[in-house]
Amino acid sequence: MIHIDAATAGLVVAVFVASIVECVEAFTIVLAMGMTRSWKAALVGTGAALVALSVLVAAAGVGLRGAISQSFLQFLIGSLLLVFGLQWLRKAILRATGLKSVHDEAGIFDKEREIAAKAPDTRRFGLDWFAFVVSLKGVFLEGVEVIFIVITFGLNASAREPRAMLYASLAAVAAFALVALAGIVVHRPLARVPENSLKFGVALLLCTFGTWWAAEGLGFFSPSGHSAEWPGGDLTLLAVLGAWALLAWSAVLVLRRLASPTKAGFAGAGSPK
Amino acid sequence: MMRALARLVIAFFRFWYDFIVGDCRQIAAGVLVVLVAGALLSRFALVPPAVLAPLFGLGLAAVLVVSLISEVGRGGAGRS
Repeated sequence: MIHIDAATAGLVVAVFVASIVECVEAFTIVLAMGMTRSWKAALVGTGAALVALSVLVAAAGVGLRGAISQSFLQFLIGSLLLVFGLQWLRKAILRATGLKSVHDEAGIFDKEREIAAKAPDTRRFGLDWFAFVVSLKGVFLEGVEVIFIVITFGLNASAREPRAMLYASLAAVAAFALVALAGIVVHRPLARVPENSLKFGVALLLCTFGTWWAAEGLGFFSPSGHSAEWPGGDLTLLAVLGAWALLAWSAVLVLRRLASPTKAGFAGAGSPK
Repeated sequence: MMRALARLVIAFFRFWYDFIVGDCRQIAAGVLVVLVAGALLSRFALVPPAVLAPLFGLGLAAVLVVSLISEVGRGGAGRS
């Protein structure tokens, strides 16, 4: 029987949800190119991006693993997660208060189709070049975010759980498979996926793990060079998550009051409309 | 040849800059300040180890709050 501790379970959930969000965004682009221009070019572009991402995973994973100390790895990875997570959380809070428009897959799909319809009909290597390049770029950019999260979470957690990287990778692959399957079945943008709510949740997890690991990594700079420890051990991770959630929730409430009356009645966090 | 190489290198770093820093430089700068402060506190043992991590967390929370306040002061984010 597989035993997974709370931190590893959190890692798997964070990677899975983050991957769902990114896969949905990539799917919208590929679908728009496929339906408007050429399915062959869109799928070849997707395949090329997946190959490039695999190379990046292998290079980054091998390069980071043995090259630096555990405490510095925690510091580096935690710092990157924080920059990412805080930006996601800031946007999620602004979206929940109506100060920033919510992410709308159907709207993005229409816009992509409009651009694709106007683009010149250039063919290279027997492919619709516009559909190929846009699909490749879209999948690669969204994919880089997925592998960034997989590598950072997986590598860092592997100090405690040797199979953490495997779990993180499986979570990302499961998310990709789920979105691909759902996309094949419905054959239109996955606008019903509560993307804004998911992004809010992922942002909280990124901030939590980023804070946790970066703080532990500060020990690298101490005279001993060993990872610092949080008071209370692993259980404090939940307290950190709770603190970020409380701060975000409070910020949403305060900003809703500060926002203009027309924005004040905005629907809840992550509302698709 | 050299010009093409330089363009490639610039594009490479621009991609990673955009990817990591994104559209809110304030957050990236704030996180950097908190990280440097945390590293100095750790290096010179200016606070007890048990206080360092919670203090670090508070610094990060302050970065988010300041970023949100300045966004509201500007009258809301770009609506994209």
